[in-house]
Amino acid sequence: MLTVLMALPPPDPQFVLRGTSAPVHTLHFSCGGPEPDIPLLFSGSENGFIHVWNLKTHRVDTALDGHGRKSVYCVETMGGKDRLLSQGRDQRICLWDLAEGRTSVTDSVFTEHMGFCRCSLLKVAQGRWLMAMAARSLEEVQILELPSKTSVCTLKPEVGAKLGMPMCLKLWQLSCGSQPVLLAGYEDGSVVLWNVSMGKALSQLSCHQEPVMSLDFDSEKAKGISGSSEKVLSIWCLNEQQNLQVYKTHELVNAGISDITIRPDKKILATAGWDHRIRIFSWKKLKPLAVLDYHTATVHCVSFSDHSSPWDRLLAAGSKDQRISVWSIYAQT
Amino acid sequence: MQILFLPFKRGNNLQLFSSSSGLDPREVVEVLEQFLQEGRVSALLWEVCHQQAQAGCLELQDSLLNKIVCLPEHVSNKLQGENPPVFFPQNYFPLLGDAVLQVLEKISDSLRGGLDCSISFVSHVLGKVCVHGRQKEILGVLVPRLTDLTKSDCIWQRMCWRLVECVPDQLCFLPDPQLLGSLVVKNKKAQFVVTQKMLLLQYGHTTAVLQNLLGYLSLDSLRRPLLLRVLQELLETWSSSSAVKHSPAEQQLYISKAILICLSHLKEPEIESCRQELLTSMMEGVKCHLDSSLPQLRRLGMVVAEAISLKINTEGPVLKFEKAGAALPLVLESSEKSHTAAPVTPGEESDAELDSDDDLIPYDMSEDKELKIKAPVYIRDCIEVLTGSRPEDVDKWEATVKALESLVRRNPAATREVSVELAKILLHLEEKTCIEGFVEIRQRAQVAVLTTDPIPVAKYLTSQFYSLNYSLRQRMDILDVLVLAAQELSCPKFLGKTKHSGVQKPCIPLLPGSDSSKDWRRIVDERIKSKTRRFDMGQSRVELASHPNEFNSVAGYFFFPLIQHFDRPLTTFDLLGEDHLVLGRLVHTLAILMYLAVNTVVRKGIEQGWLPAWEPEVPSGTAMCFRACCTETGSKLELSGLRS
Repeated sequence: MLTVLMALPPPDPQFVLRGTSAPVHTLHFSCGGPEPDIPLLFSGSENGFIHVWNLKTHRVDTALDGHGRKSVYCVETMGGKDRLLSQGRDQRICLWDLAEGRTSVTDSVFTEHMGFCRCSLLKVAQGRWLMAMAARSLEEVQILELPSKTSVCTLKPEVGAKLGMPMCLKLWQLSCGSQPVLLAGYEDGSVVLWNVSMGKALSQLSCHQEPVMSLDFDSEKAKGISGSSEKVLSIWCLNEQQNLQVYKTHELVNAGISDITIRPDKKILATAGWDHRIRIFSWKKLKPLAVLDYHTATVHCVSFSDHSSPWDRLLAAGSKDQRISVWSIYAQT
Repeated sequence: MQILFLPFKRGNNLQLFSSSSGLDPREVVEVLEQFLQEGRVSALLWEVCHQQAQAGCLELQDSLLNKIVCLPEHVSNKLQGENPPVFFPQNYFPLLGDAVLQVLEKISDSLRGGLDCSISFVSHVLGKVCVHGRQKEILGVLVPRLTDLTKSDCIWQRMCWRLVECVPDQLCFLPDPQLLGSLVVKNKKAQFVVTQKMLLLQYGHTTAVLQNLLGYLSLDSLRRPLLLRVLQELLETWSSSSAVKHSPAEQQLYISKAILICLSHLKEPEIESCRQELLTSMMEGVKCHLDSSLPQLRRLGMVVAEAISLKINTEGPVLKFEKAGAALPLVLESSEKSHTAAPVTPGEESDAELDSDDDLIPYDMSEDKELKIKAPVYIRDCIEVLTGSRPEDVDKWEATVKALESLVRRNPAATREVSVELAKILLHLEEKTCIEGFVEIRQRAQVAVLTTDPIPVAKYLTSQFYSLNYSLRQRMDILDVLVLAAQELSCPKFLGKTKHSGVQKPCIPLLPGSDSSKDWRRIVDERIKSKTRRFDMGQSRVELASHPNEFNSVAGYFFFPLIQHFDRPLTTFDLLGEDHLVLGRLVHTLAILMYLAVNTVVRKGIEQGWLPAWEPEVPSGTAMCFRACCTETGSKLELSGLRS
């Protein structure tokens, strides 16, 4: 059978946001609000500013300066666009109140963490969150309850485990009300599953030879993916006994992944590469779908939007070249 | 009423409707309304047809024709907004249609009765109505009735054909092929309309019309040759590259649909007869379509080619395209199933590319290759990168450092321009990123620079050796570099570890030889060899190609500056004191340099010139010691044949 392949060239970004004047390290969408709410994109840059981008005008609505001009490497919203959480290299996590045009830091947590590990948020009840963050001590992860800032537990690997620093965290729970669980990727290339309530490790899996740079997890399929500074993407799954097992690996063309994120509908995932490219894969079978080549420097972060209408869904990528590219890709599934 | 129309009969001028006649338009219209409502139009038409059979009055007929067809327009022009409803087109023309039917009935009765009757006036009326764009209204009334009547009655069929014959242009408006009969075979104009005009010149008709038309052609054996001809012509257009490039997309879609419908009607023997043509057209057509820059045209080409391929290769390999795009709702039933093709709409391309998870269509990823940081191609660019203040470009820096040696060796002229600067940079170059073998890479680059431009660089390096504020490591580096470079310069063949890509001449031929001279030499050698009896092979010796000793001219620059200040301590460098480690190295270096200078002119100067150079500052004892050391080291080297 003669097969002639006619693939379309990859799409161009729908638009590009310029104006951060510094490499972009983190992105977070807030577009789920009903009309007339404006869809927003939050970005954290190396110069310590958090920019609030208006996705209708493609301009910055507000610039928040709360980390003493130290790089901001994590931004998250807490139940809507009026409450923001940001984490910076000034070793602080700040909670912002952005309602009604305010731009004030209502609270902050001093993490004493010198690294780049992004914190992870999980809503456990109305107005209550759990936050996992890398703590002062080298290998530890601390779980705090927000907004009370009380410590829930500290997850310490056993002595001699030599996991190194935690590099990336993901808090999740199977369903509302069930036990919260943490997935942590470490410097030695392993991913550890922690039971938060009991404070102990349930399973450890060595996925990579190099530090785990980023991970994401699909709780429905109990399957996760991690990327590191090498050429391999590792997909692992969680079996009934709560054990992590490697499911498959995928070799990339160029080494180095900064960020991985799975789209909320669990159909596709995006990776941010050190080779300046964003790669899209299908989540079901990890089939390579597209390579988006726009940026001229390392892509630091990728994020999918939370639009309620599937047709509006976007993918944003922030790069060292100070630009944020926004793409509409596979939005029609 | 008839009174009004008596003037018509007598050929008077029909100015009744104009205001100049003195009659009130409204009154006239009232009369006309009554005329219509009492069904007098059919009587009028019958009169004309009846008359036509006997004698013709063309002028009268023409004006009657005009008036009948354009009555609504005339009335509305006069009355502007106050038209009675019966004169609205949507009411008038169905009424006219009824009248036509009545006349036709009368005609058929008359024909059955054996009387001649002309139907041409009626068909002219019909034609003119269609031309005016009112075909839907009038045919909506006529066609169903005619379809019924022509089913079994051959007189009606004949009448119908005659009707249509007169107005072949309007064939397209007849949805039912029965009404056409074999018209297309007999009537040239009808044939033209069906096979050319409707398919190739027009493209606005619906799929249903196409299906009907082509179905009509396929139904009768008399008409099947037309079907084949039509297919041939369609394929010709489809496979013509200029047509693909210049005709509108809608027309191409139309032609593709027509092709697909034709294919579905083809029977096996017919396919057999034109298989080769089909194949040729398909190949040509596919090529033109795939070359197009519009994705929908490419898709059209693929769909049609697949269909053709399916038809001509019932067994064996079939052409199949992977269409990245919509799951095209293309259903082409094979001719075995039915003669009417199911709707074929390859143009219905939705922008949605995905149906389900597994159908996420990948994009083209052929551009995704390994990322290679390119090193600069010019020496000056290298200098810029290495001295650059931008800390972020470490990848570029790394690539530059690795590529520097080969660049220097490949561009000796460019290197000579900036040799001292390069030497300076390299001497101070510190490791920015973790490169494997950084020290070696740097050293090789320095050696390359030194050998390319020995005199200035040697001057620079030796002067720096005794300068302030260098680390011991750096001073020892200088010595190492000098030694390696001296070795390279004095050696008959290059010791450079990097392979030079043939740009550098391996040796300078002492005698320029031409090709022909080599040839005769070779022939002579062979002849000698063949005629010589050998008793013993002897020890084979590799003869080294000879070339001038480059170290000869520069040995002095390497050697003498190094011995100049050995006993003068500096604040940061005390050769004879704390930093005696370097002293040992220095002695070693000098010895090697002396050894390497063995075939040079300067040798005597080196051997003998030490003492005078140092008097009277140096206590002779120290100098003698130093010299002895060096000579001793040198002789040791000679004995062992070692080159460090």
